[in-house]
Amino acid sequence: MAHHRLASPPKETGLHRSVGRRKFLGYLIAAPTLVVAAELAREQVFGASEAFATIPSPPQTPEAYDLLDALRDAARPTANLIRVEVNKDGTVSFALPRSDNGQGIITSTQMIIAEEMDLDVDQVQVTLADARPELLFNQITGGSSTTFTTYTPIRVAAALAKGRLLEAGAQLLAQDVRTVTARKGLVLGSGGRSIPFSALAEKAASSTTQQVEVVLKARESFTVIGKAQNKTDARDIVTGRKVFATDLQIPDALPTVICRAPDLNGTPGDVDNIDDVRSMPGVTDVEPVSTGVAVRARTFGQAIDAVNALKVSWKRGTVAGENDDSVLKRVKAAELPMAVPAGVGRTIDRSFTFYFASSSSLETNCCIADVRKDRAELWGPMKNPIAAQGDVAKICGLPVGAVTMHVTQGGGSFGRKLFYDAALEAAECSKAFGKPVKLMWTRADDSRQGRVHPMSTGRVRAQINGDSVVSYEQRHTSVATQINPGLGEPVSAAAVKAPLGNLTLSESIFELTQVTPYEFGVSTRFLNEVDMRFNTTSMRNIYSPNVATAREVMVDQIADAMGKDPYEFRRGFLKTDRLRAALDAVAKKGRWGRSMPKGTAQGLGIHTEYKGVTAALVEIDCRPDTVNRPIREGVTGPRVTKVTFAVDVGLVINPKGLEAQMMGGINDALALILTSSLHLDDGHFVEASWDNYFYTRQWNTPPDLDIIILDSEADEPGGAGEFGLAATCGAIANAYARATGTVPEYFPINHKDPFPFEPKPTVPPIPESPTDGLDHTY
Amino acid sequence: MSTHTFTLNGERVTVDVEDDVRLLWVIRDILGVTGPKYGCGINVCKACTSHINGKAFNPCSVPVGAISADDEVTTIEGLADGDTLHPMQEAWIDRDVPQCGYCQPGQIMAAVAKVNQCKAEGRDVDDDAIEEIRNICRCGTYNRIREAIKAGAENM
Repeated sequence: MAHHRLASPPKETGLHRSVGRRKFLGYLIAAPTLVVAAELAREQVFGASEAFATIPSPPQTPEAYDLLDALRDAARPTANLIRVEVNKDGTVSFALPRSDNGQGIITSTQMIIAEEMDLDVDQVQVTLADARPELLFNQITGGSSTTFTTYTPIRVAAALAKGRLLEAGAQLLAQDVRTVTARKGLVLGSGGRSIPFSALAEKAASSTTQQVEVVLKARESFTVIGKAQNKTDARDIVTGRKVFATDLQIPDALPTVICRAPDLNGTPGDVDNIDDVRSMPGVTDVEPVSTGVAVRARTFGQAIDAVNALKVSWKRGTVAGENDDSVLKRVKAAELPMAVPAGVGRTIDRSFTFYFASSSSLETNCCIADVRKDRAELWGPMKNPIAAQGDVAKICGLPVGAVTMHVTQGGGSFGRKLFYDAALEAAECSKAFGKPVKLMWTRADDSRQGRVHPMSTGRVRAQINGDSVVSYEQRHTSVATQINPGLGEPVSAAAVKAPLGNLTLSESIFELTQVTPYEFGVSTRFLNEVDMRFNTTSMRNIYSPNVATAREVMVDQIADAMGKDPYEFRRGFLKTDRLRAALDAVAKKGRWGRSMPKGTAQGLGIHTEYKGVTAALVEIDCRPDTVNRPIREGVTGPRVTKVTFAVDVGLVINPKGLEAQMMGGINDALALILTSSLHLDDGHFVEASWDNYFYTRQWNTPPDLDIIILDSEADEPGGAGEFGLAATCGAIANAYARATGTVPEYFPINHKDPFPFEPKPTVPPIPESPTDGLDHTY
Repeated sequence: MSTHTFTLNGERVTVDVEDDVRLLWVIRDILGVTGPKYGCGINVCKACTSHINGKAFNPCSVPVGAISADDEVTTIEGLADGDTLHPMQEAWIDRDVPQCGYCQPGQIMAAVAKVNQCKAEGRDVDDDAIEEIRNICRCGTYNRIREAIKAGAENM
């Protein structure tokens, strides 16, 4: 049973500094109806960490200034272009310059505006903005930053709009503005008189653009924010009416599929039978493009058949002939040495390997493009449409202003849609054919050639002396994560403001996100990245799930070496009361230390990031009957039977949405630790579909899930989208180690098991659709 | 190319297309009914799950030539009775199940069929029955799906 509750807040004075009734600046924009805009003002809500009686580690960067701060600082100069509009029909519109891929930010943004304007949530219309180059860095969806970066500017604009409506309403009613109020889109005056917003939209408009001071609603009077709200597009979703990019009916944008190389990033040479394929049923066009040979057809099925019929001479890819072992060797060779030599105290060394994982969402990479001589129009789920617009303009040989990028709602992202590979290909194909295209990657393309979470290693060394941890050092070494263009530009832009020194971009993000939240004496954390030949991206976190797994497993090992209980040990060494409150919440609710049968065990993990803290208590069943339970064409293995998870992410906009994000992260954690990885073999990834890549299924998901939302009474929301994973990953690994007596050295734990499937061929590239579907009805 | 006639969401439809084109593409690309989603094309992810004559099936793995004139195909668009939602759709909204929503049409159609199957076989709609459902949700909203199926089953 998953359910949420608001628990009593942990006592921590550092979080209570109130924004109070201070004033913010907003703008009235010259327009026919009421249009307002807002500018950000810096708030430092989260204080520094407290010190403890253990050997304190000096403050680490994320404790004072983290990735969310960097993303917000980068967004600051242009955020005043965020506009809220009051329409003639009395509704309020806002085009959110972000990408919603299921994380629920459209709903939470509706809630924020409804709160400030005293509207019902469904009276606010939120759409996703087209690419707006003037927003510079303020149209990127990543790093779980949306709510944190947009919360205040949206409120400022909404508060200003409401103030203008009240003034206009008071004038029409001939009453004092201090006596009128707003409710559900009406301005209410004394004597039961009221005027709808619709009658005021024009009257409240400004003929000049001017700066205005505004006061925000006090938190005590919130009635929408913090209340569970169902997703506002739920009815569209359950009736099949929600429209994704490939559902759009753009005239003449016919299905287009690219025939791709057997090697990762292989490129096309000669095509032997291009004319034969052009004459196949339904096929309209076949042309070589930079990443393969593109086919346009009446249906996707016919395009796929044509792709599989192509005879192409392929050039080798970027990792030709290589495999997991050869890449791991390179990574290990790049591991940075520890600063503290072994033998200072009692030394514990551990090392872990994290294999490649696929960031595939269920909606594969896709984009519609209509490229003409003088203009181009594209539709796709893009988290960074401004950068995409610039690159598409280059491909098309058009000025940026001639390219329109429509951001569609995405069918999941998990980091994948920070990049816009499909948009570039769609533009290239449409240009090559001289026709509109609806380009989609097949699942095999997406799995084998799509972006991956990179292979990495984690090395940890701790030195202990009696009951103290004298030093704790962690090295994260990884195949390079491509961070540009999704997060790179804003982080670089903010780098001058952040206390980072002269770090590279990846080092900056590592330094901005990773913290060892324990008082472990001398504490160092370093990142080194090698091997740029892969297509990589963050995947519900860049580094955190791996770094946290290595750290939390190590914490259990240190506790064990000291003869201490993992819970009591964490309690004693955690840096903040806020972390301890989360740990206590899961220990109490999840009954830490309860008696468990042999072969089953509990495990703990904690994490801090995104202005928040999380803790997980996991129960796992590793008994043979469970591990070997039969599931056709599925992976079973150890079963996580119960997860108790606590999250304190500051101000909660929508508890139901926050719980949903944690639930997703928890299910991702199961996959990363137990079942899901890609295997590199002979220059390509073996896994071609969901029957090879074992993402969490119903038979894996924990039957018992309890998500506890802790309220720290913070004034600002933190980040949620990626926050469910890290603590859960660590907790599952620890539970597994305690149940089996074996500390895993690589993840997922099944990576070196024999394949439970027959690998699919790489030529032809796409597995043929079965024809026996009617034999499997139920 | 040959002519194929069947019933889709209560309406007679006729298309001219090659026999071997899978029904998913006929429904999506030719008839413009886009509720059933592509997620793998090989009957693994189940995002296209729909009903044929009341039973769950995956149109990605059925050639249109295998469909007869008297077959009734129902996609998510045909599940509700006009504006009155099916109890499973109501349960889905009530439990706030969807995240991105891409897999949800298939999840709901699978859930309805699984409940009907359990009822016909006299089985409980319990965790074991639900774990027979193979549909992938990459957002990981499995736990709410489980709750919604049990709640929806009670009202079916």
